[in-house]
Amino acid sequence: MKYETDVVVLGGGGGGMAAAKAADKNGANVILIEREEENGGVLNQCIHNGFGIHYYRKDLTGPEFKETLQEELEHTNVKVLNSAFVLDVNKDKQLTFVNHKGIHEIKTKALVMATGARERHFNSLAVPGDRVAGIFTAGVAQKYINLQNLKPANSALIVGSGDIGLIMARRLHLEGIEVKGVVEILPYPGGLERNVQQCLRDYNIPLYLSHTVTRVEGNKRLGKVYVSQVDENRQIIPNTEKIFNVDSLVTSVGLIPLTDPIKFVETAPGFITSNTNQTSEDWIFAAGNCTVVFDLVDYVSREGEKAGKYAALYAQNQYFPEQKVKVIKGKNINVLHPMYIDPNERTKLYLRVSKTFKRAEVTVEPLGIKMVEEEARPSEMIEISMKPFKDKNLKEIEVSARELG
Amino acid sequence: MNSVEYKKKKVVCTTCPLGCKINVIYADADEIEIVEVKGNRCKRGLEFVKQEITDPLRVVVTSVKVEDGEIPMASVRSDKPVPLRLINDIMKILKETKVKAPIKRGDVVIQNILGTGSDIIATRSVNRKK
Ligand SMILES: Cc1cc2nc3c(=O)[nH]c(=O)nc-3n(C[C@H](O)[C@H](O)[C@H](O)COP(=O)(O)OP(=O)(O)OC[C@H]3O[C@@H](n4cnc5c(N)ncnc54)[C@H](O)[C@@H]3O)c2cc1C
Ligand code: SF4
Repeated sequence: MKYETDVVVLGGGGGGMAAAKAADKNGANVILIEREEENGGVLNQCIHNGFGIHYYRKDLTGPEFKETLQEELEHTNVKVLNSAFVLDVNKDKQLTFVNHKGIHEIKTKALVMATGARERHFNSLAVPGDRVAGIFTAGVAQKYINLQNLKPANSALIVGSGDIGLIMARRLHLEGIEVKGVVEILPYPGGLERNVQQCLRDYNIPLYLSHTVTRVEGNKRLGKVYVSQVDENRQIIPNTEKIFNVDSLVTSVGLIPLTDPIKFVETAPGFITSNTNQTSEDWIFAAGNCTVVFDLVDYVSREGEKAGKYAALYAQNQYFPEQKVKVIKGKNINVLHPMYIDPNERTKLYLRVSKTFKRAEVTVEPLGIKMVEEEARPSEMIEISMKPFKDKNLKEIEVSARELG
Repeated sequence: MNSVEYKKKKVVCTTCPLGCKINVIYADADEIEIVEVKGNRCKRGLEFVKQEITDPLRVVVTSVKVEDGEIPMASVRSDKPVPLRLINDIMKILKETKVKAPIKRGDVVIQNILGTGSDIIATRSVNRKK
């Protein structure tokens, strides 16, 4: 069978579902492809609340957010293909996917990539010691416990204090698994303050800041984890070693945008896009964690909508950006998204500062935009809304942050 | 004279997305008395702080077993926050809880759990096994 359509959305998570919905609303024929049996992506396993506060103005759990979005999608003409894995996207605007019936091809006019991110694995930390059972990523532990009713540990140590690590600490604790602590190499927690409170302090789970895992030991199954304190340069401080007797080590050490199977689009490491979510390849748009890793699904879905809308307009020959202004990372900016701006359209800038500030002033020059953020931390994404600016001579703008006295 | 212990606490208000970081100083005697509150952008923050230092409330989230379901677990939560001090007891009850498929998002799994006035509701739908 050969399919033909205006817009293909690749990935059915919070980003992809919102993109498909918006592309349909903007008059395009849409096919959404998802490799799992059901849509939702990571939302399915994130059973805690804290989703949807901006997008739906309600405090929902991951599955509730997903089902709400899914129901909206069912009121559209979007064709959803589940259990379908995309193997290849080529420059002739053709996609190849496999499902239980075989290999198929789709011809499209525009594509939205919404493939999400994958978890960085423990092996990427280069910690010496035995490679034994009992070491897994937070996402894997979450799937076991929340979806499969398995108990993957009796006692655990968690590496990484981002939101995912914090939430898993609470989850394991409430499941009767002894959580001996959360180890964080940075001098401050990686996750939101509210999660430090609700996930660790509420249950007296210790947080070891400026600490790292130096060694793991075990015979077939993990038995001991060695942890030491580090200095400002992340060098191990001698004689600070602690030994934890645990049978599991849960890692939550970051997400990496997933850009497979596309190889011919600009990435760093996720897809680089403009404010209309267009990539370096005109007909390919991208949204969600495959561009940069977002704090909230609310942002992901909003970006998804935008990608879906412009992909639909592009497919119907109604969107031709004339000008692209480059966005430059100035002082103290770690993550910046998007990297290009079509000045005829509105922009939402997302950024992370590169260190902690008591009071940070974020500026966008030469546009003269200033924003003051109390207690800005790299772990909390900052958003800036910008109006269209029709300045033909502007080639680039620069975003930077400085401490306010 | 009775000595009164003053306590200082940093509370993150979770009432609205602004998430104000509130510093509170209070006297922890027989009755809690708030001496100073700084950092809340509105009155609701004050209410939140009062609750937080007397009897903090949290939403419970977990999964319960499903019989005859397409998948073995259904996620659930409390429809209102419950006292943090009861969470362990509530988790014990939910660990023993089984529901029968089909189950729909929003279905009440346990009414008025431990007399808190809060219901445990399903947060996802699970179809019957085919
Ligand atoms: C543990 C955890 C806790 C979180 N907590 C919160 C929170 O409290 N509040 C909040 O707002 N956000 C939270 N988030 C973040 C939020 O869930 C994510 O940012 C958001 O859901 C990501 O959506 P996405 O669509 O970009 O990616 P995903 O959900 O990862 O979706 C990508 C989809 O693409 C599919 N796919 C990929 N490649 C292919 C292919 N080749 N063929 C077919 N399909 C493919 C995948 O199967 C997947 O379904 C949390 C995330 C995690 C992991
Ligand atoms: S104090 Fe008011 S404004 Fe601040 S987070 Fe609480 S409810 Fe929101």
